[in-house]
Amino acid sequence: MSEQFTINIDGKEVRAMTGQTILEVARENGIFIPTLCHYKGTSNVGACRVCAIEVENARSLVAACTMPVNPGMIVRTDTERVKNARRLVVELLWSSGDHNCLTCESNGNCELQDLVYELGIEKPRFTIDPPGYDLELTNSMIARDLNKCILCGRCVRACNEIQVNDVLDFSYRSSHAKVGPAFGADYISSNCVFCGECVDACPTGAITFKSARFMGRPWETAKVKTTCTYCGVGCQLDLNIHNGKIIKVTGNREHGLPNEGSLCVKGRFGMSFVDHPDRLKTPLIRKEGELQEATWEEAYDYIADKLKMIKSEFGSDSIAGLSSARCSNEENYLFQKFMRAVIGTNNVDHCARL
Amino acid sequence: MTNSIEEIEQADAILAIGTNTTENHPVISSRVKRAVRNRGAKLIVVDPREIPLVRHAAIWLRPQAGTNVAVLNGLMNVIISEGLEDAAYIETRTDGYDELKKTLAKYTPEYVEQISGVPAEALRTAARIYGTAEKGSILYAMGITQHSHGTEAVKCCANLAMICGNVGIEGGGVNPLRGQNNVQGACDMGALPNVFTGYQQVADEKARSKFEEAWGVPLSGQPGLTIMEIMNGALEGKIKALYIMGENPMLSDPDLHHVQEAMKSLDLLISQDIFLNETGEYAHVVLPSACFAEKDGTFTNTERRVQRIRKAVEAPGTARPDWAILAGLATRMGYPMQYQSAHEIMKEINSVTPSYKGITYERIEGVGLQWPCPNIDHPGTKYLHKDQFTRGKGILTPVEYRPSEELPNDEYPYILTTGRVLYHFHTATMSRRSTGLVERYPESLAEINPRDAARAGIEEGKIIRISSRRGTVSVKAHVTDRAPEGTIFMNFHFKEAAANLLTNPALDPTGKIPEYKVCAVKVEAA
Ligand code: SF4
Ligand code: SF4
Ligand code: SF4
Repeated sequence: MSEQFTINIDGKEVRAMTGQTILEVARENGIFIPTLCHYKGTSNVGACRVCAIEVENARSLVAACTMPVNPGMIVRTDTERVKNARRLVVELLWSSGDHNCLTCESNGNCELQDLVYELGIEKPRFTIDPPGYDLELTNSMIARDLNKCILCGRCVRACNEIQVNDVLDFSYRSSHAKVGPAFGADYISSNCVFCGECVDACPTGAITFKSARFMGRPWETAKVKTTCTYCGVGCQLDLNIHNGKIIKVTGNREHGLPNEGSLCVKGRFGMSFVDHPDRLKTPLIRKEGELQEATWEEAYDYIADKLKMIKSEFGSDSIAGLSSARCSNEENYLFQKFMRAVIGTNNVDHCARL
Repeated sequence: MTNSIEEIEQADAILAIGTNTTENHPVISSRVKRAVRNRGAKLIVVDPREIPLVRHAAIWLRPQAGTNVAVLNGLMNVIISEGLEDAAYIETRTDGYDELKKTLAKYTPEYVEQISGVPAEALRTAARIYGTAEKGSILYAMGITQHSHGTEAVKCCANLAMICGNVGIEGGGVNPLRGQNNVQGACDMGALPNVFTGYQQVADEKARSKFEEAWGVPLSGQPGLTIMEIMNGALEGKIKALYIMGENPMLSDPDLHHVQEAMKSLDLLISQDIFLNETGEYAHVVLPSACFAEKDGTFTNTERRVQRIRKAVEAPGTARPDWAILAGLATRMGYPMQYQSAHEIMKEINSVTPSYKGITYERIEGVGLQWPCPNIDHPGTKYLHKDQFTRGKGILTPVEYRPSEELPNDEYPYILTTGRVLYHFHTATMSRRSTGLVERYPESLAEINPRDAARAGIEEGKIIRISSRRGTVSVKAHVTDRAPEGTIFMNFHFKEAAANLLTNPALDPTGKIPEYKVCAVKVEAA
C-alpha cells in the first residue's frame, strides 16, 4: 500500500509517497533537478548522471531519477558538490560529440544546450573529440547525426517501451557505444516503421525530422495542436508551421489522451499532401466533355439550377448525397441537413461501410 | 468502442479478431503490445493472415477467411461447457441465454475445426484465456464486419463479451476500431439514411417534429437509400443527381465496373474534394475543399471522443471548408444558412443532439470529451453500459454460421481477402502524395503463400494476374508466409491494381456492408 510521509529537500519539508523517486517528488514540488536520460513513459535507468544529488548518510552522490524516497530522507540538490558533478557530466558529454549549434536543427530545442547554459559552462575543460560518424540521410523522413548523440538511450527506450517496435538498441563496436537498428543498419534498411517516436524522444540534434532541416528555427515555428486526419485513433499532434507551411509533425504530449504523444508513420510523415501541387484550387464545371475552371458563383448557379430542375421533375428522392468520414462533425451535420431540409430526402449515407 | 483506448492497457486478456491493428490503428496496437509486455496481459489473435500482432500473442488462431462466426461460437461453447461463464452477470444483466446456449451446443471445438481449420485444442486454450480473465477486451475491425454475415459476427462478439461479464466494466468491452478519422462522427451526425444526429430515427414522429421545428421545414419520415442502393438506383435511372463530399466510391466500392456505369448514368454528379479523384473524373461539377489543416472543426475518434481540429495553414487557391461550401449552396437554393464559423454549427449540434449536448468548444480546448455527454457539467462517458444497457438488459442473440457468398471452386480456387497496409490510407489520395509513405511502400503488392506460388509458377516480385468473376487486375506478387495457403491478400490503395475490380458486392443484409474480405479468384503468372 502506498504510505504518505515527508522528506526534506533543500531544507524544505515536502510530502512523498512510497514508490516515488526523489525526482518525482522534487518535480511535484517545483524543485528543479536537471535530467537528460529520463523520459516519460519509459523506465528510469540513471544513465546520464545529470540528476546526481546528495542524500544524507549516502557515501556517494545518487541518481534522483532512480532513487526511491524513504521517510525522513534528507536531500540536497544545490550544493557545490552536486553542481560540480553536473558540470563534469555535461562537459564530458559536450566534448565527446560534435555539438555545433550553428547548423544544428535542434538549436533552441536542445536539452544539452539548455543545460550548458543553465550551468554557465563557457567551454568544456576537455578536448572536443567527436566520434566522426557519417551523417545518415538515406531516407526522406528521419535524419541521424550520431556525432550529436549523448547515449542517453531515450530513443532506444521510446522505440522498445512506448511503441514496442523493438528496432533500436545499443551496440558496442571497439570502444564506442552506439545506438541504432541491429547490425549497424540505417533506418531505411531496418525494420523501422517510421513512427518517429525516437525523434520526439531525442534530447539533442542527433535524430531529427529531415523535412524540417534548414526550413525554420524552432522559435520562428508555430505549433498548432490538432487531430490526425488519418485513422480513427484521433491522435493529438502539433503541426509545426513555418512561413505558412507544415515543416514537421510532433506528437502532443500535453494532455495525454488518447495517444500520449505517440503517432504512427501516417500522422507523422503523411502530411505532404496538404500543399501538393495537385490540390484543387478552383471549382470546375464540365463543358463540352472537359472539366473547366469556373468561379464559385458559376458553380453554385450551375448546381442550384440543375438540382432544382431535377427536384421538380423527378422529386426529392431522385437526389442522393454521400457525406464523408473524412470531413468534420460540423460538415457532416450540415451535409445531412442540406439533404434533408434543403433537398427534402433521406438519401444520405457515407462510406463507413466500406 | 464501448470502452476507451487507454483501458486496453488495463485488460488481462485481449482478443483481437479481424483487426490488423498494427497497420491500421498503429497507436492502439502500441497499447496492446504494452499491455502484453508491461502487464503480462494475454493476447489472443484470430486472423487468417500472420499479422504483426501475432508476434506478441499468447495464442494465434488462424481460421479460414469467412468463418469468424463459427470460431466465436466455438469459443463460447468451450466457455460454457467448462463453466467459465459469468452466471451472475448473465442472470442479472442479460436476456436470451437459454436460446443462445441451445444454439451453441453444436459448435464443439471439433465441429468448429471442420469449418474453420482451427485446431480444437487451440480453440480450447484461447477460450480458457478469455474465459478466465478478470477483464477481457475484444478488439475487432473490418475483418469482422466486411462479410455478408458481418452483423452476425458483431453479435457473436457481443454475446461472448456478455456471457463473460465483460461489458460495462473498465478494461473490458466490445471495441470496434474505426478505420477512418471521423467515421464515428459521420454516423453520430446523421450521415445515414435512417437517422438524424445522435441516432434519432427519421421515422420517429417526435424526433422528426423536433428537427422540423429546429430547421423550419417539413421533413420526410421515409428512411432513404444506403450507398449500394444509391448506386443501384442510379443504374436503374431512379437516382438522377448525386452529391459526393469527400469520398471516392470509384476506388472504394466493390465491383467498380458497376459503380462506373452508375456514375455515367447520372444527370448531375457533384464531387467536392481536396483532389480530383477517380470519382471526380466522371463529375459534372467539382468543388475544391479545404483539408483538415486548413479549417476549424471537430472529429470524433473510435472511443467516442470529440476532439478539435484547428486551422494551421491557408487553403490553396479559392478552396473553402466543406461547411462553408454547403452553407453557400443551401443559401443559393433558397434556404439561408448564415454560419460564420464551425463553432456556430457545433452550438446547433449541441441543441438538437442529446448525446452531444455538453460537448462545447470551450470544454474540449484541451482534452476531448467522450459522448454521451448530456449536459454542460457532465464529464463524458469513458465506458458504456456501466450499470445497465440502453434498453435495460443486454440481448444475447443466437447466431448460426453460414458460409461466405462466394466460395472457391475449380475455376476460381483461391480466396481473395482485402485490407490496408501501414503506409497507405484508403484510396491513397493523400498517402500517395506524401513522400515518406511512397518511399516506404511505392507500389501495390499481392501477398501469396509460398506453396501456392510454387504451384502456380509465381515468383517474388513478378507481375501476376488475379481474376474473379467480375474482373482482372495485374499486380506484383509478394511471396510470403503471412498469407495462408489458399488465400491471397490485396490492399485497395492503388488504382493501377484496384482490388475492388475483383471484390464481391454481396451485402450483409442488415449492415449493408459489402463482402470485401472474401471472394473467389484465380491467379496466373503474367
Ligand atoms: S521511428 Fe519508430 S520504429 Fe523507427 S526506430 Fe524510431 S521509434 Fe523505432
Ligand atoms: S540518438 Fe538521441 S535519444 Fe538516442 S541515445 Fe543519442 S542522444 Fe539519446
Ligand atoms: S497518427 Fe497514426 S495512429 Fe494516430 S490517428 Fe494518425 S493514423 Fe491513426
